[in-house]
Amino acid sequence: MNETNKHWLLRKENIRKLWIGFIIILVMTVLAGLFVHQYEPFGIEDSFGFFAWYGFITCVAMVLLARLLGLILKRPENYYDDDANKGLHKSGVEHD
Amino acid sequence: MTELLFPPGLLLIMGALLMPLAIKMGGIKIRNALIFILPVLCLFFIWSAPANYIVTLPFLGFELEPIKITTTGRLFATVFSLMALVGGIFAYKTASTLELAAAFAYAGSAIGVTLSGDLITLFIFWEIMAIGSTLVIWAARHDGAYRASMRYLMVHLFGGLLLMIGIAGHVVETGSISFEALSLNSISQYLILAGFLVNAGAPPLSAWIADAYPEASPSGSVFLSAFTTKTAVFTLLIAFPGTWLLIPIGIYMIFYGIIYALLENDMRRILAYSIVNQVGFMVTGIGIGTEMALNGAAAHAFVHIIYKGLLLMSAGAVLYRTGQRRCTDLGGLFQSMPWTALLGIIGALAISSFPFTSGFVTKSMIAQSAADQHLIIVWFALAAASAGVFLHAGIKFPWYVFFQKDSGLRPAEAPRNMLLAMTVFAAFCIGLGVYPEPLYAMLPFVVHYQPYTAAHLVAQFQLLLFAGLAFFVMLPMMKRTLTISLDFDWFYRKLISATDRMGDNLLQSLNHAATKVVQQSWQGFQSAFQASRLSKYHLASSWPTGSMVLWIGVILGGYLLADIYF
Repeated sequence: MNETNKHWLLRKENIRKLWIGFIIILVMTVLAGLFVHQYEPFGIEDSFGFFAWYGFITCVAMVLLARLLGLILKRPENYYDDDANKGLHKSGVEHD
Repeated sequence: MTELLFPPGLLLIMGALLMPLAIKMGGIKIRNALIFILPVLCLFFIWSAPANYIVTLPFLGFELEPIKITTTGRLFATVFSLMALVGGIFAYKTASTLELAAAFAYAGSAIGVTLSGDLITLFIFWEIMAIGSTLVIWAARHDGAYRASMRYLMVHLFGGLLLMIGIAGHVVETGSISFEALSLNSISQYLILAGFLVNAGAPPLSAWIADAYPEASPSGSVFLSAFTTKTAVFTLLIAFPGTWLLIPIGIYMIFYGIIYALLENDMRRILAYSIVNQVGFMVTGIGIGTEMALNGAAAHAFVHIIYKGLLLMSAGAVLYRTGQRRCTDLGGLFQSMPWTALLGIIGALAISSFPFTSGFVTKSMIAQSAADQHLIIVWFALAAASAGVFLHAGIKFPWYVFFQKDSGLRPAEAPRNMLLAMTVFAAFCIGLGVYPEPLYAMLPFVVHYQPYTAAHLVAQFQLLLFAGLAFFVMLPMMKRTLTISLDFDWFYRKLISATDRMGDNLLQSLNHAATKVVQQSWQGFQSAFQASRLSKYHLASSWPTGSMVLWIGVILGGYLLADIYF
């Protein structure tokens, strides 16, 4: 499929624009943090961009942890040797 | 004022049992009418009864309270009725009568639990719930669903057993059957707690949710997501508020849900894991136990049922239209199912507590109460978990199903009744997010909480948007694989069946050996007997009078000896 046939959301130049827009919004939320005062019972919440880096770092950590655990926990779909992973019948659900 | 003598939950159960009959008598229209009328009637009864209304019924020397309307019970019964109604709209065209009847009996028994004032009534409705939900899974009518439903039933009968033993012990110890806050004095109360926790999806038995719910039909999993776990939240909220043990259990459930959902490929199983995650927030709130935390847990249960129902409806619509359930087979569906995608995204934003959605005004009450109690680890865990919810459910679900790559699938938009049901729930997600006051007014305690402050908005936007950034940065690390993940259910699906096979083989060979020994010695005895002179006194072959006399003599002699010695 060539670029012009694609849905506008899937075209390369638009994905680039979306990224730029997203990064601008990210920067704005961090800067907005300068104008508000966080309630800080633990003495760190009001530091610059705390929720931004905390959200980012913890999410990266969770993805890495999931990947690590995946090495141990992942099994082929037919591991339990039943058809638990079979989809429903193509036509959906039967009527009665 | 209507005098309420009949438990509203029982009304739904009776109505459910009438559904097959309605089909026979008046056709599908009567059944469909029941689907709309029953939940509305139920809502009417719940709200027309005066506050703290109690009906008592003497039974075996106990004073049962089959109806006791409390603020918390009314909140849960309301959202359960709402779920039955909107779930009914979603399901009535495609689901079988078995599924609808089972779902309504299931909803009715959940409502019965929330309005029961004593432990015996509670237990009866609790068990009907297990049967109803098993039948909902069963109604998908494929082999995988049947097996999953049997595993599901096994877990719930086990949980019910713990609860039953606990209740019996509690009644013997205290003499009270009243369902109220219980203190953990003896093993009985711990067993009651364990029975409730099994239904909440607490560790170690968390796997049943992700095992069973995704096997149900597209509409079946919508019903399943609402009742069992939230009824457990309700019972914990009433019986064990402020039990600190619930905090670590809740935190574990939160992260269990996130990690397993990140590993998962089946779209509805992702959502099933996120049920455990969300119930974890509620359980943590109940463990913290302050008025604000309990309000937060109750409110979060209310809005959770709505957005989780919405998410599973959008997944159900996709499954109904495509027959596909794996993320690896899906993608790009926003092009031909834009409304399902949009409504699903609203549910995804609500579960992530995005500002101006219902999750934002409820989940933050739990985090706020952790901060107020200076529970530093809990607060940091909850903040990380809020980001993690956006990661595993808020973005992952819509991204892999509706965007990601172009799978080439161009299914038709969801049927109109499904879109209507999703629209109603999406309206609740946004409506309660923007205007939470009606929900706050229904909570067990007076709410002194203002979710919309500039600081809270900035913090939440930072947390969620940077979680979103992390998702797209880490995307290569999250490539979907055709796998499932091991869980505690390995013990009963693999280990026990393996030992079972081994035991079976052992038993069979033992049986074989024993039969052989008995047969050989019997044959040996027979041939020896035939050869001996005694064989002519053999009883059955011929009937010489002499042998009769001889044997009667032996028997009488035996009696005589027995009489002398004993």
